[in-house]
Amino acid sequence: MTRTYAAYAHPLWRRLLLSREAAVVALVIGVSMWAYGNVPYFGEQLTLNYLLLDVTPILLIALPMTLVIVTGEIDLSVASVVGLSSVLVGVLHEGGFSIPVAAAVALVVGAVCGALNGYLVAHVGLPSLAVTIGTLALYRGLAVGILGTKAVTDFPADWTQRASETIGDTGIPTVMLLFLVLAVGFALLLHFSAFGRGVYDIGLGSEAALFTGVKVQRTKFILFVLTGAVSALAGIFYTLRFGSARGDNAAGLELQVIAAVLLGGVSIFGGRGKLVGVIAGVLLIGVISSALRLQGITVNVINIIIGLLLVVSVVSTPVLAWVSDVAARRNRGTRPTKTPAGVGTP
Amino acid sequence: MDTVSPESAAPPTLTLRDVAKSFGQVVALRSATLVAHPGSIHALVGENGAGKSTLIKIVAGVHRRDGGDFLLAGEPADFGSTAESKAAGVAVIYQEPTLFPDLSVTENIFMGRQILGAGRRIDRAAMHAEAARLFAGLGVHIDPRRPALGLSIADQQIIEIAKAISLDARLLIMDEPTAALSGVEVERLFAVARRLRDEGRAIVFISHRFDEVFDLCDTVTVMRDGEYVATRPIAGTSVEEMVGLMVGREVSDLFPKTPAEIGDPVLEVSGLTARGVFHDVSFTVRSGEIVGLAGLVGAGRSEIARAVFGVDGYESGSVRMKGRAVSPRDPGAAIRAGMAFVPEDRRKQGLVTDASVTDNIAGVIRGSLAKLGLLTKGMENRAVAPWADRLEVKTSSLDMFAKTMSGGNQQKVVIAKWLATKPTLLIIDEPTRGIDVGTKAEVHRLLSELAGQGMAILMISSELPEVLGMADRVLVVCEGRLTADLPRESATPQAVMHAATQTREVAS
Repeated sequence: MTRTYAAYAHPLWRRLLLSREAAVVALVIGVSMWAYGNVPYFGEQLTLNYLLLDVTPILLIALPMTLVIVTGEIDLSVASVVGLSSVLVGVLHEGGFSIPVAAAVALVVGAVCGALNGYLVAHVGLPSLAVTIGTLALYRGLAVGILGTKAVTDFPADWTQRASETIGDTGIPTVMLLFLVLAVGFALLLHFSAFGRGVYDIGLGSEAALFTGVKVQRTKFILFVLTGAVSALAGIFYTLRFGSARGDNAAGLELQVIAAVLLGGVSIFGGRGKLVGVIAGVLLIGVISSALRLQGITVNVINIIIGLLLVVSVVSTPVLAWVSDVAARRNRGTRPTKTPAGVGTP
Repeated sequence: MDTVSPESAAPPTLTLRDVAKSFGQVVALRSATLVAHPGSIHALVGENGAGKSTLIKIVAGVHRRDGGDFLLAGEPADFGSTAESKAAGVAVIYQEPTLFPDLSVTENIFMGRQILGAGRRIDRAAMHAEAARLFAGLGVHIDPRRPALGLSIADQQIIEIAKAISLDARLLIMDEPTAALSGVEVERLFAVARRLRDEGRAIVFISHRFDEVFDLCDTVTVMRDGEYVATRPIAGTSVEEMVGLMVGREVSDLFPKTPAEIGDPVLEVSGLTARGVFHDVSFTVRSGEIVGLAGLVGAGRSEIARAVFGVDGYESGSVRMKGRAVSPRDPGAAIRAGMAFVPEDRRKQGLVTDASVTDNIAGVIRGSLAKLGLLTKGMENRAVAPWADRLEVKTSSLDMFAKTMSGGNQQKVVIAKWLATKPTLLIIDEPTRGIDVGTKAEVHRLLSELAGQGMAILMISSELPEVLGMADRVLVVCEGRLTADLPRESATPQAVMHAATQTREVAS
C-alpha cells in the first residue's frame, strides 16, 4: 500500500509570492523604480556605483551573520574586526609588505578573532550577546592600540583603484563579483546542504538538534570563524576603497548589518530566514539612503526613516501571522481565541 | 471500604471521594478516594502513573477536578489556584522545594506576608524572632538570618514546613520528601512530622520506600491506574499485601511480543558510572531482544540511556556496539555505530516542532542523501515519503509543522526518523507516553516486528504492563543502580516492584 503525500501544502509560486522575502524584493524594486522616475541623478551610473560600493561591506558581512542569527546567536564584534583588519593592512603595508600579503595576514587574524568568539560561545557555552559585546571592545581596542589615532593613507594607486573599479561602463563595481561568489557559496551552504539544515535545527530547537546528532558546537564555531574571516575581508575592501587605514574604521557598522539581516526577514530568535531576503534587505537600505540623500535629506532623518522601517518590519511578522490566523479560523467558522499578545515573539 | 476511623468525632481534615480528572483524552484519575484524619500520618502509595501526583495537585489548587467530592474539615472545597489552597490551610512540601536562593531564610518564610511595624515598615526583628520561634517549635536549628542559598534540601524542606505552620496549615502533604535525603535527615524529618501529628494536624505522606511508610505512617491508601484500591491500617498490613494491592492485575496480553531469535550481543555496557546519577551499570542487549529498563521515575533510567547515546557524558565505564568501543559524549559517533534514540521528551528532544515532517524525518539521514554536498527539498521528500508511509504518519502534507500533529503522529515521525537510519540498536524512552490507545498498539506491534527482524531494542517505560508484556528481559534500576536482571519468566510485577523499591526479598 502506497499513499502519496502532497509535497507541499501550497504550490511553489504561491509560497514564493507570499513569502517575506518576496515582499522585501518587491520593495527594493518598487522603491528603485520610484526613485528612478522621481529623484534627480538616481538613474546615473555614478549613483549605482556609489550605492553598491557603500553597501558592499554590509552585504559581505550580512552573509555569515545571517547563518549566525539563524542559529539563534549573534556577533556584535564584526565592525571591530573590520577596524582591526584595516589597521593590520595599513601597518603591514607601512612595514614594506605587499598588499596581498598584508591582506592574507588580516584574513587569518579575522578568522582567529572569530574563532575566539566561537570558542567562548560554542564550547564554553557563554551567551553570544555578552561574549561579542566584550570582543567588540577588545578587537576595537587592539585596532586603536596598534595604530593610535593616526591613519595610513599611502596605499598604491593600482590597489585603491581596483577596489572601486567598475565592470565595463555599467557602473557596477567589480567587487560585486567577489560578493556574488560568496553569496552563492553561503546560499548553497545554508539552503542546499545538510550543514545548513542543521543550522536551522539549532535555531529552532538546539536540544532536539543535539539528540539528532547535529554537531551543535562545531556548527556554531565554524559560523563564528566564517564571520570573522568575512569581516576581515570587508575590512580589507574598506581600507582600499577609501585609501585609509584607521583604528576607528567602520565603527557602528555591526548595527547596520544586523538591521539589514532582520529587515530581510531573519528571526532574531533563530530558525527562520533566507539569504535572498537578507540581500534584498541590505539593498533596500542602500536604495532608500541613496535616494533620500540625493533629495537633500540629512543623514539623521534617513536614520530615523530606516529605524522606523526596521521596527515596522519586525512587528509586522507576528501581526501578519495573527491576521492570517484570524482569517483561517473565520473560514472554519470558529472565532479566534488569541490576540496578538505575541508581538515580539516568534 | 474499610476506612480507619479514629476515636475523635471531628470530621476528617481531608476528604476526597470518587475524584476524576482527565487531560484531553488521557484519564489521570477515574475515581480516587482519600480520607485523612487530624492527628494521623496517612501514606499514599501506588505505581508511577497511579495518579498520586494529580490527586495532590487537585488538593494544592494546581488542577481542578472534573468530578467527585472534595471536602476540607467537612466543608466543600474547590481551588482555582495554589493561593486559595494555602489560604484554606493546605501545605504541600515537594521533593525539591523552590526557595528564593538570594533571600534570607526568614524572608522566604514570610514571602508576600511580611510582618509590618510602625509606618508600614517591614519589621525584620519581629520576623526573625518569629522564624526562630517556629524552628524551636520544630526542634531544629537553622539560622533565620542566613541566605537560603547553600541550604541542604532537607533544610529547605524544613523551611517549607515552618512556612506551612506559620500559615497554620491543617493539612500537610509531603510528596516524596525523603527521595533526596540522607538517613539522619530522614530521621529529623520524621521527628518533625510526628510532632506535627501530635499537634493534631493531618499529614499525607507519599513515598516509594516501604520501610519509611511502615516506620512513620498509621494508615495507608493504595491507588492504581487512577483509582482507589484500598485503605488499611499499617499495623497488620504486610509488604507483600501492599505490593499486591499496588500491582493488582494480571499482566494481560495487551502487549504481545512475538518470539524472535535472539542473536549476538549488539550493545554492551560495562561499569558505566556518572557520579551522583548512576553507578556501575553493566548490561547487554542482543539482536532480536527487547530489554526493558524499569524503575521508578527519577531512578536514573533515562540518564543511563542518554549517556549510552552520548548526549550526556560519564566518568568511567564503556559502551560497545558489536564489540567496538563508542566514544563518549558524541551522539554522532553513537549514530554511526548504529544506535537510534527516541527520547523521553518528544516535543523538546525528539522533534524540532517548528520544522516540517520532512525536515524532521530527514534529520539524521540528510548528510548521506546529499549529492556532491548538495541537498534539495525534493531529495529529502523522496527519501522521507516511504518512511512516513511505512509508519502511516497521518498528515495531509510532508510540509506540515510537526507541532500541529497529535502526540501519536509525532511519535511516529520520531520513530520514522530513526528507522530511516537503519539502526541495529533502538533505544526508546517511554515509547507510548501521552499517545492514544490505538497508536500505542501500533507502536507495540512495530517494536515487536523490528525485534523479529533482528534489531536490538532497549525500552524504558514507566508502565509496568508495557515492560512486562514487551520485554524479553527486564533490568530494574533503583537509585542509579541495577538491582535486578529478570528474564521474562521471572519478571513478575512483584519482583520488579521489589527491586525498584530496593526491598530485596524477592529479587534474585
